[in-house]
Amino acid sequence: MPKILLEMKNITKEFPGVKALKNVNFQVEEGEIHALVGENGAGKSTLMKVLSGIHPYGSYEGDVIYDGQVCKFTQIKDSEKKGIVIIHQELALIPEMTIGENMYLGNEQGHKFAINWNKTYFEADKYLKMVGLEESSKVQVKNIGTGKQQLVEIAKALAKNARLLILDEPTSSLNEEDSRALLDLMLNFKKQGMTMIIITHKLNEVAYVADKITVLRDGATIETIDNRGAERVSEARIIKGMVGRELTNRFPKREGVKIGDVEMEIKNWTVHHPQYVERKVVDDVSMYVRKGEVVGIYGLMGAGRTELAMSIFGHSYGTNFSGELYLNGKPIKMGKNASDAIKQKIAYVTEDRKGNGLVLSQSVKVNTSLANLQAISNKSVIDADKEYAVAEEYRDKLLIKTPSVEQLVGNLSGGNQQKVLLAKWMFAEPDILMLDEPTRGIDVGAKYEIYCIINELAAAGKCVILISSELPEVLGMSDRIYIMNEAKIIKEMKTEDATQENIMEAILASERKHDNE
Amino acid sequence: MSDIKRTSTDRANESVSRTKNIGAILLESFKKDTMLYILVIVYIFFLILTKGGIFRSSSFTELVNQNTYVYIIGTGMLMCMLTGGNIDLSCGSFVCLLGALGGIFMVLKGVSAGVSILLMLAIGIAYGTLLGWLIAYVHIPPWIATLAGYLAFRGLGTSILQNNSATSSLSPIPVEFRDVFYGRIFPTKEGEMNWPCFIAGIVAAAVIVTVILVNRKNRVKKGYEVESIGKTYVKCGIGCAVILLLMTKLALGGGIPTSLLWVVGIVLTYNFITSRTTIGRHFYVVGGNIEAARLSGVNTRRIMFIAYLNMAVLTSIATMTVISRSQSANSFIGNNFEMDAISACVVGGVSASGGSGTVLDMVIGATLIGIINLGMSLISLDANYQSVVKGFVLLAAVVFDILSHKRKK
Repeated sequence: MPKILLEMKNITKEFPGVKALKNVNFQVEEGEIHALVGENGAGKSTLMKVLSGIHPYGSYEGDVIYDGQVCKFTQIKDSEKKGIVIIHQELALIPEMTIGENMYLGNEQGHKFAINWNKTYFEADKYLKMVGLEESSKVQVKNIGTGKQQLVEIAKALAKNARLLILDEPTSSLNEEDSRALLDLMLNFKKQGMTMIIITHKLNEVAYVADKITVLRDGATIETIDNRGAERVSEARIIKGMVGRELTNRFPKREGVKIGDVEMEIKNWTVHHPQYVERKVVDDVSMYVRKGEVVGIYGLMGAGRTELAMSIFGHSYGTNFSGELYLNGKPIKMGKNASDAIKQKIAYVTEDRKGNGLVLSQSVKVNTSLANLQAISNKSVIDADKEYAVAEEYRDKLLIKTPSVEQLVGNLSGGNQQKVLLAKWMFAEPDILMLDEPTRGIDVGAKYEIYCIINELAAAGKCVILISSELPEVLGMSDRIYIMNEAKIIKEMKTEDATQENIMEAILASERKHDNE
Repeated sequence: MSDIKRTSTDRANESVSRTKNIGAILLESFKKDTMLYILVIVYIFFLILTKGGIFRSSSFTELVNQNTYVYIIGTGMLMCMLTGGNIDLSCGSFVCLLGALGGIFMVLKGVSAGVSILLMLAIGIAYGTLLGWLIAYVHIPPWIATLAGYLAFRGLGTSILQNNSATSSLSPIPVEFRDVFYGRIFPTKEGEMNWPCFIAGIVAAAVIVTVILVNRKNRVKKGYEVESIGKTYVKCGIGCAVILLLMTKLALGGGIPTSLLWVVGIVLTYNFITSRTTIGRHFYVVGGNIEAARLSGVNTRRIMFIAYLNMAVLTSIATMTVISRSQSANSFIGNNFEMDAISACVVGGVSASGGSGTVLDMVIGATLIGIINLGMSLISLDANYQSVVKGFVLLAAVVFDILSHKRKK
């Protein structure tokens, strides 16, 4: 009988007005990888905050029993002392500092008044090796990629003598390759006896690494599924628990959509990096999209997908542009501002909704109307009634869950924020929508709703360019797929001919070619 | 504008608040309009301390005249702060330089008042264009670009004055000029009832009540939720009382100061721009998230440019009111004006990081500081201690604001 390392018993946590957790029970055995899944707002983060002491003892009901003792953590330091370490979704590293400095931030080595740098870097290097990083700990964090930064976060956790490691969406900003490496690292740690909890939306990862899967829904534990059998638990099985119903098809069917003429075409499109002017971020790309068509652009992170979309969108990224842009067969001279692209009825739904998509400090209403203010104003005086009506209309249309359209967008959940972002661009009434990672970091239910919106847009004769790093999504949603790598489009495929395998093969082949050159 | 539409949460709150007692309603309202209540409390405090001195009609006129420049420059500063906590450090020194130039035009060269106003405005626009271009298109951080002006203009202004006058002061500023910025409409003797002023007060009160009631009626007609009619009446009543009191006092103090017209005109105009127009909206979204604004088609550079051009224009108007009041151009005018304007914004609750705050917030902040200044000078507090008090008030206002917002969450 394996030892129970952590037991959370009948945890109830209330916030003013909402019960975030209702009698949650959660058990983790020593030496296992336990996945915690659930839709956004199901209570995963709250549960982990109770565990780590961010919600201090006394602010919740129930017991946290760790290593046989009832814990009364009042702050994160208390739980870290016991070896419970959380790695948060957003990387908390300081780019200007070295890896070593970052790893021992708040946990400085040496005497109280004098940091022992030799010891710091020596120890840091030791942990970096454990996570498989070859970089020296004296390298500045800004000089390494996101995937490696995630590994530094893990090394940092190890340096705190972690016994129970909690990873919150560790792969959300990683590409497939780095994600896989990270998951393998977790499996490796497990062999060495480490206990881990992983919170993730990516169910294929759950099936791959987890020994047990606990599903939370609406603040309550629904079930714990054992994944140690001979056959992996299917994603459909997990989804059923998460949404409480069987999602027979993760991608809604698009039926009766007639694909029309070519609406937009680019030829020999080349864009250079804004700072390193000699570097090409988009290299001689030619592509087209037809009315009513959903075109997927797949590529690993850094392949140049975002750069391509942004450069089409009124030269919003890059420098030294060349190539031609045709709309409905006519060559267009694109202006230098996003507003010029909007005038040409092109929309770009940004990848990073918090960073450059939404104004979080403003209301749903203000965000919805932002890209097309002139439509609700008369000689630049905003018609408050019209604006309100528009916001309400899109709130209904996209099923945005918010108490009112006056609610600040920052207070909404990720999925609803994404819908507000879509609402903004739908209200701009574009003919061509470029959606950059439209379902990143949102739960299964909201994803499905967004796919439905994409289908409606296509049915209305709009062109949709879907940029995504999730292969199943690209395969499930597109009519045609362009595969990008190293700033180039390396292949165009019809969806019928495309599989996960031949797409990855194409990318690997292009990498090999690149290496040989 | 934000309360035009009642939200469903408001609706819920309202139905709850109906059952609450008056104390709870007051507490809620206190949390919403904290600074307004503090303004009243501070006023009562000085009313007691000055034994009614601050309630004299001369005090009301003084309050308006003393703070004219704070309201005007504060409005410009607000627009800059909205774009992302950007400030203009150069405005005080620019007042000194422009005042000196105005003095030269009018006192030494004998240029007429009208032409001088145009010339000063043109210089302001020129400076604003240069500053706006440097900040918006050359990407010089605002505080560095304006720090340069802060240092240069004061020196330049002072040296111009020293070279042209033995006393470093050019006076008198002609009365036709002063009448525009520091005169009175239909002046009467102090203590006599100035009927035009009093009637203007009644008209203003009537207009405000009408606007509020018509707005409410429209909302009811369109089916939007409205606050209870009692609340509306209380608001109207308080508004009318304040306006009538102010205008009566001004009427007894010799009539409407022209400076008040400038302040009211500018405040109302900018209140409209910020709350009702697309360009006003653009100021808020640029301050909220400049990248999101840019990618939504907002010309972010143009907004930054307008913010600083506008700032210089308003500073020029403020300069005219200031040299009119002091009757001379000297090297002391404009001292610390930038700090007064920033304080007014911050005390009023304008976000120091941009994206939120209204013109009315700034007005409340400026009035609060104005009352404290006036009260302290009425009780003849030592100037050094006045400075100490102001420093603490500024800090206390912000601390209080942050704490009360935290509690709300």
